[in-house]
Amino acid sequence: MAAFTINGSPHTFDGDPDMVLLWYLRDIAGMTGTKFGCGLALCGACTVHVDGQAVRACQTYVEDLEGTEVTTIEGLSEDGSHPVQEAWRTLNVAQCGYCQPGQIMQAAALLSDTPNPTDADIDAAMAGNICRCGTYPRIRAAIKLAAGGSN
Amino acid sequence: MTLHDTPTRPTGVINVSRRSVLMGLAAGSLVLGLRPSALRAEDVPYAGAAMPGGVKDDPTIFISIAEDGQVTLLCNRAEMGQGVRTGWAVVVAEELKADLDRMTVLQAPGNETLYGNQNTDGSRSMRHHFAALRHMGAAARQMLIEEAAAQWDVDPAEVTAENHMLLHQASGQSIGFGAVATAAAERAVPAAEALSLTDPAAFRYIGSDDIALIDNHDITTGQATYGQDAQIDGMVFAVIARPPVYGGRVASVDSTEAEAVPGVLKIVEIPTPDFPTAFQPLGGVAVVAENTFAAIKARGLLQIEWDNGPNAAYDSATYRAELEAASQQQGKVVREQGDAYAALDSAATRIDATYYIPHLAQAPMEPPAALARVADGKAEVWTSVQAPEAIRADLAKRFDIPLENVTVNTLLLGGGFGRKSKPDFASEAAILSHEMDGTPVKLVFTREDDLHAGFLHTVSVERVEGGLDDQGRPVAWLHRTVAPTIVSIFAPDPKHEAPFELGMGLVDMPFDIPNIRMENPEAPAHTRLGWFRSVSNIPHAFAIQCFVAELAEAAGKDPKDFLLDCIGPDRMAMQDTWPNIWNYGEDPALYPNDTGRLRAVTEKVAAEAGWGRDLPAGHGLGIAAHRSFVTYTAAVVEVAVDEDGSLTIPRVDIACDCGAVVTPDRVRAQLEGAVIQGVSLATIGEITFSDGRVQQSNFDTYQVTRIDAAPGEIHTHLMASDYGTPLGGVGEPGVPPVAPALLNAIHAATGKRIRALPIRDQLA
Repeated sequence: MAAFTINGSPHTFDGDPDMVLLWYLRDIAGMTGTKFGCGLALCGACTVHVDGQAVRACQTYVEDLEGTEVTTIEGLSEDGSHPVQEAWRTLNVAQCGYCQPGQIMQAAALLSDTPNPTDADIDAAMAGNICRCGTYPRIRAAIKLAAGGSN
Repeated sequence: MTLHDTPTRPTGVINVSRRSVLMGLAAGSLVLGLRPSALRAEDVPYAGAAMPGGVKDDPTIFISIAEDGQVTLLCNRAEMGQGVRTGWAVVVAEELKADLDRMTVLQAPGNETLYGNQNTDGSRSMRHHFAALRHMGAAARQMLIEEAAAQWDVDPAEVTAENHMLLHQASGQSIGFGAVATAAAERAVPAAEALSLTDPAAFRYIGSDDIALIDNHDITTGQATYGQDAQIDGMVFAVIARPPVYGGRVASVDSTEAEAVPGVLKIVEIPTPDFPTAFQPLGGVAVVAENTFAAIKARGLLQIEWDNGPNAAYDSATYRAELEAASQQQGKVVREQGDAYAALDSAATRIDATYYIPHLAQAPMEPPAALARVADGKAEVWTSVQAPEAIRADLAKRFDIPLENVTVNTLLLGGGFGRKSKPDFASEAAILSHEMDGTPVKLVFTREDDLHAGFLHTVSVERVEGGLDDQGRPVAWLHRTVAPTIVSIFAPDPKHEAPFELGMGLVDMPFDIPNIRMENPEAPAHTRLGWFRSVSNIPHAFAIQCFVAELAEAAGKDPKDFLLDCIGPDRMAMQDTWPNIWNYGEDPALYPNDTGRLRAVTEKVAAEAGWGRDLPAGHGLGIAAHRSFVTYTAAVVEVAVDEDGSLTIPRVDIACDCGAVVTPDRVRAQLEGAVIQGVSLATIGEITFSDGRVQQSNFDTYQVTRIDAAPGEIHTHLMASDYGTPLGGVGEPGVPPVAPALLNAIHAATGKRIRALPIRDQLA
């Protein structure tokens, strides 16, 4: 049994103790903004925030979420106005877009901890998030744009 | 959210029935109605007219305008990141004189009879539809103009359309599109020859670098809906344990433990088809459950004995040796001019090299997935597919129901790269829904499934032998390509590459070399092959462009200058044999093998990259150029190799001549992505087999380039061209030159020739 919030709404879970947050979100809560890419915390597509920290939902047991606040891409901002989301749109970062919710959640956590990241900070923080379309140059630029610098 | 309550979300799961689209949006205004069109594909010689279903240009099928002016466009090509939904809106808005911000793009369901060809592969979506889209926008605009003129009782020639408004300057009258749209729909669609197309000099959107992606908001807020995200009330979830060896079958299964997992609903055995398997599911044992997690957990508890079949001995190291041995022998001649053997014998300098390019997996970030409901003599699928019509045909045959009873809703693709042109996963979902008596089933591939049950890029050995005369000029080129063919999934045991594979950058090599012979020794296939972004261009361009650099070194010449010498004088190359070359299915007259354009991109990229500039120690520049998908690209890669052999890529320049450009930002994005994918396959990409099984399981073992290994800078250079130039492809042509340019750069930096991909630790 775990009681926690997702984007401010209360949730309780009393099912399989092995259940991970990714499939709870997608199949049980019906929130599909958090994407499935690998299931082993190797690709970052399922990145969400738990108490403000970026975590991989595919390796986060729902049972361990007792008392926590989970934020998903759907709750990062009310209307898509988080600076990272705006920067992503300004620079047309996305190609297929599938990995981008995870990229955005990871980038938002980075900027929360490190408001003015260097190139090395960005590469280190974002290296766990794969994009097969190859949007990395624009991800770097968008993070800098969101940080308030030029792109 | 359910499937049927989101009709206005452009990227949502939408029930885009033809009726609902033609009936317009919530306002329900019928605008461009069902009327016979004067514009029929057969009347217009579009590139692509010969594709199955052809190219349709009937605005009454694709465009509707609501009373509030909102324009809805049906996109009949799948969106997988290439930007086609945005590109189509741009072209129609341009000719319609619509405000792009008032355009909604809905995804056409699978129906090639109605919508024309929908198979989104081969880098064709804009190249085949640009002219038709212009015609449709112009025709709809003309219908609006004629209706406004009738209402004002003025000459239609005096009415103009501008930014969603119709204007009559003489009388000062104006009216919005929405106000006349319903009545305009009753008017006849004008004939093609009566259309007035916009002067490219007056384009507002086409060619503009400032176009926002139409799906930007949905993607950045998590609302964009992919096949993995499809939802419908009452659906259940499934994964499948497939035979670990291609062609293997279930010998026995004990599902006792699996059935005990909470949430498991049913265990279903799916038969394995006989060879050739085409796009059929591989068979195996499915677990259907209340959620994906339970299905995956239960699958892990299945006790399955497999009969592995004839491919159980497939081993990549052994197979590579077999290909290399085959490359030492003569093979089927696939191109010949002059006498390459004699020219090699008499050459002043003679060198050879053997290249190896392994299997690759497309590994789109969204693993394949499909939701299906098969009940009451009907089948409906919601999925991420490049070729919806292929599923329709499959399901109609599989369940013996009429084609019109099969509905395929194409969702966004979380990457495709060729994998999702094969709808095996949609067939699996439908089979399971049928087994579940019509309960909707979402079939999910895990990443392991994606890598183990893929349609892999072929594996190649390319052996090239070249001769130089005493002036260092190339006089002979003997090339043997040895690779299993994609045709092996369709036909029993073919051993030669098909014309469409040989035509991808091999037999169309446009070099000004007097003696050329190309041979294709036999290579049997032992696994399931398929298209991977740019397909056979990858091995062919790799070998050819690396070998050019090797010949340059033997000739003592600069690699860029020597490459330009090989390309030779500006001309339409291979004119005598060109009509027999595959040429991506295009008319050889419209799309010749233009060495002037190949030279131009080569010179452009060299100039932009500062070819010949002073470099720090350990740095090097490499160059490569290639024509593919009737587009010309060239790349210069700068590498830095440390003393310990670690490789970084400070900069890549890539130039592209794809003819007229519709959305430059998306073309640049495709090139940027192609550079990353090229770097990925060159440095770390490899699928290997042992005992018939893929040895990689996830992104820990099948590595792909991450941001920290991406080039520091990517500079894209688009060649200027006019809108009279036929469009080339964009999605794929950026890939082929990247790997050879990278390897040539490594040679420049280190003196090492690496001829087998991936590089991995070969620099250590």
